[in-house]
Amino acid sequence: MATNTQIPVADRRVPVIAPGHTFSTITEKISNIVLSRPVSLGWIVGFLIVFSMMNMLMMALGYLFIKGTGIWGINIPIGWGFAIVNFVWWIGIGHAGTLISAILCLLRQSWRNSINRFAEAMTLFAVACAGIFPLAHTGRPWLAYWLFPYPNTMNYWPNFRSPLVWDVFAVSTYFIISLVFWFVGLIPDLATLRDRAENPWVRRIYGLLAMGWRGSARHWHRYDTAYLLLAGLATPLVLSVHTVVSFDFAVGIVPGWHTTIFPPYFVAGAIYSGFAMVLCLAIPIRKIYGLQDFITMRHLENAAKVMLATGLIVAYGYGMEAFMGWYSGNKFDSFLLWNRLHGPYRLTYMALLACNIFIPQVLWLKKFRVSTGWLWLISFVVLVGMWLERFIIVVVSLSRDFLTSSFGMYYPTKWDWMTFAGTIGMFLTAMWLFVRILPMISIFELRTLLPESQVHEAAEVKQ
Amino acid sequence: MTMGDFSGNGPIYGLMAEFDSAKDLVAAAHKTHEAGYQKIDAYSPFPIEGLAEAIGFHENSVPLVVLIGGLIGGISAYALQYWVAVITYPVNVGGRPLHSWPSFIIVTFELTILFAGLSAAIGMIALNGLPMPYHPVFNVPEFAKASENKFFLVVFSSDPKYDAARTRSFLSGLAPRMIAEVPS
Repeated sequence: MATNTQIPVADRRVPVIAPGHTFSTITEKISNIVLSRPVSLGWIVGFLIVFSMMNMLMMALGYLFIKGTGIWGINIPIGWGFAIVNFVWWIGIGHAGTLISAILCLLRQSWRNSINRFAEAMTLFAVACAGIFPLAHTGRPWLAYWLFPYPNTMNYWPNFRSPLVWDVFAVSTYFIISLVFWFVGLIPDLATLRDRAENPWVRRIYGLLAMGWRGSARHWHRYDTAYLLLAGLATPLVLSVHTVVSFDFAVGIVPGWHTTIFPPYFVAGAIYSGFAMVLCLAIPIRKIYGLQDFITMRHLENAAKVMLATGLIVAYGYGMEAFMGWYSGNKFDSFLLWNRLHGPYRLTYMALLACNIFIPQVLWLKKFRVSTGWLWLISFVVLVGMWLERFIIVVVSLSRDFLTSSFGMYYPTKWDWMTFAGTIGMFLTAMWLFVRILPMISIFELRTLLPESQVHEAAEVKQ
Repeated sequence: MTMGDFSGNGPIYGLMAEFDSAKDLVAAAHKTHEAGYQKIDAYSPFPIEGLAEAIGFHENSVPLVVLIGGLIGGISAYALQYWVAVITYPVNVGGRPLHSWPSFIIVTFELTILFAGLSAAIGMIALNGLPMPYHPVFNVPEFAKASENKFFLVVFSSDPKYDAARTRSFLSGLAPRMIAEVPS
């Protein structure tokens, strides 16, 4: 982005690109991962593992389509179970990608340029995983198109007053816009791959995708505008998506759901888990592919700080829920608080507090922010914690609502676990392929970070 | 600009000059434009601020396309919901108003973003005349570096001021790395 070039690369902090790089070395280093790096044994073994996990998902879904949702642990009162827990978890993870690519672009945070591409890919894959759950949960996924308004012989239309219908629109818009944003960002890099590929077929495929991009000043001019507008559109979109997801709960009257704090608290939680996933992926990838020059400690530290900040917002959300349980004087709300702390799911609530609130506080210490091992571990803990949060919200709230006679317990079955682990396999399979097929760091945006890309002096002299 | 604007003027499409740095390219583009050349273009491996202005290109209809797309998305989304909820499929929920506009805001918002975003991407690609896998500039072998680390300026032969010999000597005055004819 030309708009990012105004930030001087020279800075007292760790630079966003290690010194000594030129336009060529950046191009070579990133495009060679795709074009000339041989496929390693480690990649193949890893791929086989994640691909088998993905096949487990196919089996679990295949059996689900034959037998119906009865194979899951859902029941009445807990009708949502893992399907919605995992849906919310995956959608949340996607949010960091859009935050990095859109919001940090508008805020002119040049450090985003080296992590936005794979964070956006992460968004796409996470939203794809998320989408599986509500579709499977409908029970008759082959009729899922009924969710969309279209003229039909039944003379039936969706209920636009329902948060579940809002969700359909929010999530599908989010997926499409993320895909478009990602693809638009890829076009100039696809042209680079086209020009560097030696195999004629590889060249043709990248050429086809690059659509004949030739870097004309006229094209860049429109490109910059379109990219900036997309960033500006994606910013309110990403904030709206998890807000709408939270409406699925907040519009209902179940204790623990019916609160006004849900939208901001969901968005913060989404970014929290998303950055944790970014770190979980970036730390091994930069090591394996030797990208420490582009994804520097500064990136990891910044991501850790974002995690710390959003984690505190989440902690505020928990605190407010507990406070309202006491302050509202509503006996169902205060029972919910008691139930979380002393009920049958108290261990998950304790684990949630540990994972999401207490353990991440070590990020206040620089020592933990600059150690990749610790950072990876803490990010993993946050991912577990955020999954537990959704479990608490969905399962614990539903298990004991108003009437004692309708209390129940939820136990996930092996099919629940297989579906969940399977989507992790699907996500990782997509990641595995992505790092070898497309440039995982935006090459042209990294070029703009080099001092050589600045033309201000020349432009001023001329004018 | 599409290829059609320049083609059909004989076998030579234009003259291409190669530069080493973004600064040189912007300076050269300025000089060429000031010298009265109208049909020129510059190519770079990343967006350079001020380069489009340097070649005298000011048009940018992308924002207008996005605005129109967003308006169509928003208006059609609201109209659809109104038509469904009030006219064709009214559901009486305890006598509450059928035109319950606050609950229509979210879908209206989402579709505004969807249509505006798609217009931004498709509009940008279409206005740029892409997809166009073939273009005469690709005939110059050195041009492959335009997506890596080199900067190019092309004066099209369709320019009224274009003259094979004079334009070439003008371009060599800009101290380029090399000058090449672009066969069409």
